[in-house]
Formats: sequence, structure tokens, C-alpha cells
Amino acid sequence: MNTVALRAFVIKEIRHILRDRQTLTILLLMPLVQVVLFGFALRSDVRNIRVAIVDPRPDYATLALQERFAGSRRFQVVAIGRTTAAVEPLFRRGDADVAVIFEPGFGSHLGGVEPAQLLLAVDASDPNTGTVIQSYARAVIASYEADITEPDRGVRIVTVARMRFNPTLESVNLFVPGLIALVLTLVSALMTAISLSREKERGTLEVLLVSPLRPVHIIVGKVLPYLVLAFANVLTALLAAVLVFHVPFRGSLLLLLAESVLYALVSLALGVLIAARTTSQRTAMLGAMLGTMLPSTLLSGMIFPIASMPSWLTPVTTIVPARWFIVVARGIMLKGVSLPHLWRETLVLLLMAIVLMAAAVRSFKPRLA
Amino acid sequence: MPRAGPPRAGSAIEASGLTRRFGSFTAVDHVTFDVGVGEVFGFLGANGAGKTTAIKMLIGLLEPSEGSARVAGFDVRSERARIRRQIGYMSQRFSLYADLTVRENIQLYGGIYGLSDPQIRDRAGLLLESLGLAANADELVGRLPLGWKQKLAFSVALLHEPKVVFLDEPTGGVDPITRRQFWEMIYAAAARGTTVFVTTHYMDEAEYCDRISIMVDGRIAALGTPAELKRRFGVGSVDDVFVRLARGAKAETA
Repeated sequence: MNTVALRAFVIKEIRHILRDRQTLTILLLMPLVQVVLFGFALRSDVRNIRVAIVDPRPDYATLALQERFAGSRRFQVVAIGRTTAAVEPLFRRGDADVAVIFEPGFGSHLGGVEPAQLLLAVDASDPNTGTVIQSYARAVIASYEADITEPDRGVRIVTVARMRFNPTLESVNLFVPGLIALVLTLVSALMTAISLSREKERGTLEVLLVSPLRPVHIIVGKVLPYLVLAFANVLTALLAAVLVFHVPFRGSLLLLLAESVLYALVSLALGVLIAARTTSQRTAMLGAMLGTMLPSTLLSGMIFPIASMPSWLTPVTTIVPARWFIVVARGIMLKGVSLPHLWRETLVLLLMAIVLMAAAVRSFKPRLA
Repeated sequence: MPRAGPPRAGSAIEASGLTRRFGSFTAVDHVTFDVGVGEVFGFLGANGAGKTTAIKMLIGLLEPSEGSARVAGFDVRSERARIRRQIGYMSQRFSLYADLTVRENIQLYGGIYGLSDPQIRDRAGLLLESLGLAANADELVGRLPLGWKQKLAFSVALLHEPKVVFLDEPTGGVDPITRRQFWEMIYAAAARGTTVFVTTHYMDEAEYCDRISIMVDGRIAALGTPAELKRRFGVGSVDDVFVRLARGAKAETA
């Protein structure tokens, strides 16, 4: 009976989802829209970058590089000083976006044995703009370096970058794994919470509980179709990220999908629990927003780095599933690491999935005592 | 309305000292009754008298605090899984899915109760034919008029041929003609041997039952055939019996 009943129930759930065309369309398009919106919002092209130059001992090389900055379409040299102290006020007032600081004897180092050193201090109060500025500045330096050295001589200029105001860096690359978590949370937690609380609100859940269907069937039946949907969403988000924004994908796609399923299970269980504790669709929706979406966005390290949170808040983030999943997704996508490096996060997610699923099934047991 | 056949021997439901407390409040207080196989048993009571709590214990949605009950021969505490296959349930609220078609709803409930696809197809055909809904099989249930919805919900609750069917105020908000048709369906089910346990607010419907019980403040204040009760209280209708009992209640709100 189990499989027959479960099959009937899953078919019903699929029919519900397919019949509600508007919601389905929104759900399918969401990852695409989110990636594109976030991607463009974060990758806004940076022009008129105001650069301050600190050149303690000008020589042919530092002057040539200054020329390059001045000649670049994107840069605008606003100050040239001998000491850091001279440009510091500009930076503080926000009148400069980046400072290029040469070491004394830059030019002679270029021709010598040791490489020439150069420091980029970037205003990263908007971290994403900061990244873009840094890469443009590096590009200017790199093109100069390429012009003056023979191909086989290796690195001549060592550029050290320092992000001011916001030392940990977020970029569109770091964002996409977070977006995947967000989309998964939305589809899994929010949609299951809504669909289950709808049954509760309309009284159909009672009829299901009187039938031979067991709570575990009801939960599996609710969860399965949304898991498929979540899967499709991950693929859409990835495709958009890689094709539109050229976000690198260095690790195993299979591993990422498997971890996504694990994370989706955690979210689905949360959705079920929220539905179990609320009595109407509206409160379930608000509960899911507050209980899953908000922490997944704000406390997961997706937007705000956990390292820069106040110390009392850091332990709180450990109970946010997205925090662990984002580490996994970033690791796989950006660093190409594999399971042996991610076992801790995977274990945490696995434990969360098991505990929450068990709690979800329990919450549907007919009330005793 | 004529009754097709007399109740058969044996008990479909036996409740003995059935009690349910919520904290210090006793919703159902040592209720004892028997319902025969094929009987149409009316379960009456004002709002808050404990009817719904009693039904929930019988269908396995609530654990009794005290006492015992057997439904279709199985214990409500220890054999809940077996009871589930033997009963049908139509809740106060409309229990079909408005965004699924008539046929899809039938497929769903047939499947949940473990019927095979050919079984579902055959029974769906008969059901639609008898309700005159054959032409509407692929229509969304939400678009049907209320009376049809209720008749459909009842038929669907009977699809797996349960031994006992529980109907919780099945005719609320339905017009008199449809109510009459609904009771004809109830009789037809009883004639096939299905025990019908029905709650209602309509006292004229209570007269259609083989026997009725009237709950007041968690206890069964009266139980018998409509004729017996009218005789015992010396009144002309079940309605008068009900009013007399309800008025005597301690804290009645209805």
C-alpha cells in the first residue's frame, strides 16, 4: 500500500504545482532574475576612478606608470604626493578611491634582482566596487609590466593590495553560491510551508491523516516535487552565473548538486516544521520569511562577512543552515575543493537534515495527552 | 423517507467510558455507546458539547485520556492503522481539492486507500454515472455547485468501501432538495452494510436516523430511536427533545 498511496499523493502534489501556472512561472524564472539582478547590481561598471599617487622618490618607472594611470579612460589622477600622510586626508574624505603607493627606488628594483614593490590601497567601503577598482588598477600595472619586460624574465612588479574599510572582500563570484542557497531556501522552505499550511487551513490535512497515509508519506509527498523544482533552480542559477557573468566553476558539479539536495532537505524540513506550528497560510508564509529567508540572507555570510559580525552574533550563525551550505558551494565552485575538505560542513548539514526531518514527521503525529 | 433495510447484527462502533481531557477541562466525559453494523447513527449536540472531540478519538486523530473504543472491531488505541483502512471520513470542511478535477480527486483518494488503477477507473465510472457527473469529470471541483461538491465528497469517502463512514455535518449550507438527495445516498450506503455515523445541526435530519444520541457538556444525555426519545420526553419532535436537554445544560452557549 505504501507505494500506491505515496504515488497517488505525489501525483496530486505535482498536479497542484502544475495547475498553479503563475506561481510555477515565478518559481522557475526566479533564479534567473535573481542572478541577473544581483549580478548587474554588484558588477556595476566603475568609471572615473580617482587615484592618489604616493611617490617618495620619482624615477622613470614611477613616472611612466603615473602616465599610464593618467592616460587610462577609467582613472583620474587627483593627487600626487611624496608621503602617505599627504594623500591620507583625501582618502578619509572620500575624495580618492584608490592610492598607488610606490616603494622608494621602485625603478632601480625593476632592473635589479629583487622585484619592485607597489601597494594598492583601495577604498572598499562598497566591497564590490572595491574589487572592481582593484582589478582595473592591477590591469594597468600588468600591462606596463608586460611592455617593459621580456617574456621569460618572470614577475618584476609585486603588487600588494589592501582593502581599506572592509578588509574581507565580497564579489559577484562569492555571491552566486549565496544566491543558490537563497533560491533553494525560498523554493524549499517557503513553498512547502505554504502548501502544507494550505492543507491545514482548508481541512484537507485532517482527511489525509485519517486515511492510511502516514505523516512520513505526506511529508515525502510534499517534499519530492519541490526537490525536483529546487534542482531545476540550482541548474538555472548556475547556468546564468557561468554564461552571463563568467563566474568560474572549478569543482565537481555532481558534488554541488548532491550538497544542494542535502541543503534543500534541511530547508524543506524547516518549511514542514513552520507549517506544523502555524495555523494559517499567511502566518506560515511570514514564519518562513522570518525563520529561513532572513537568516539565510543576513546571517549566512552571503552578503555580510561573518568575520566582521559582532562576536556575540557569530555563534548564532552556526545554526543557520545556509551558512554551512554557502561555504560548501563557494568551496566547490570557486576553489574546486572536494568532499575531504568539506566533510565538516557536510556533516553539519546532514545532522540538521536528519534531526529536522525527524522533528517534522513527529510534528504531524496525532496529538497525544 | 423509507428505510431500505434494518440494521444487521454486531457492533461497528463500541465506546466504553470514552473520555478526553484538555488540561482541567473535560471535553468528553465517560461516554458509552454502541452502533450496530449498517446502522445510521445520529450524533447530536450543541456547539462545544464534545461531538468533534469524540469523533476525533474514534477516527484516530486524538488519543483518549481514559476509556476505550473499538471501530470496525479494532481498538482505537492500539490498532489505529487497521481502523484507517476500514473507515471513511468527511470533515466539516470541504475535503476535496478545488484545484484538481473531479477525476483527479477520485484518483487521489482511490490511490491513498490502496485501490489499483483499474479498480479506481471502474468505481470512478460508476460513481460519476450515479451522481450524473459523467460530463463533468474533467472539470475543476472548485467550479461545481456546493450541493454537487458535497455529494461528490461523500461518494469519494465511500470509494474504498469502508465499513464505517463518519460524516461531520455533511449538509451544512446545502439546499433542502440536495439534503434530501444526500440522505438518500446515506440510506443506500447503509443498505449496502456501511455503518453511518453522522453529526448534524438539522433536527429534521435527526429524525431520519435509526438511532440518535444527544451530547450535553461532554456526556450523552439521551440515546435511542427518535420515536423513543420523543415518547420519553413527551414531545412531538426531536427538536423539542434537543431544546429541553440543551436548556438544562450548565454552561450552554448554543
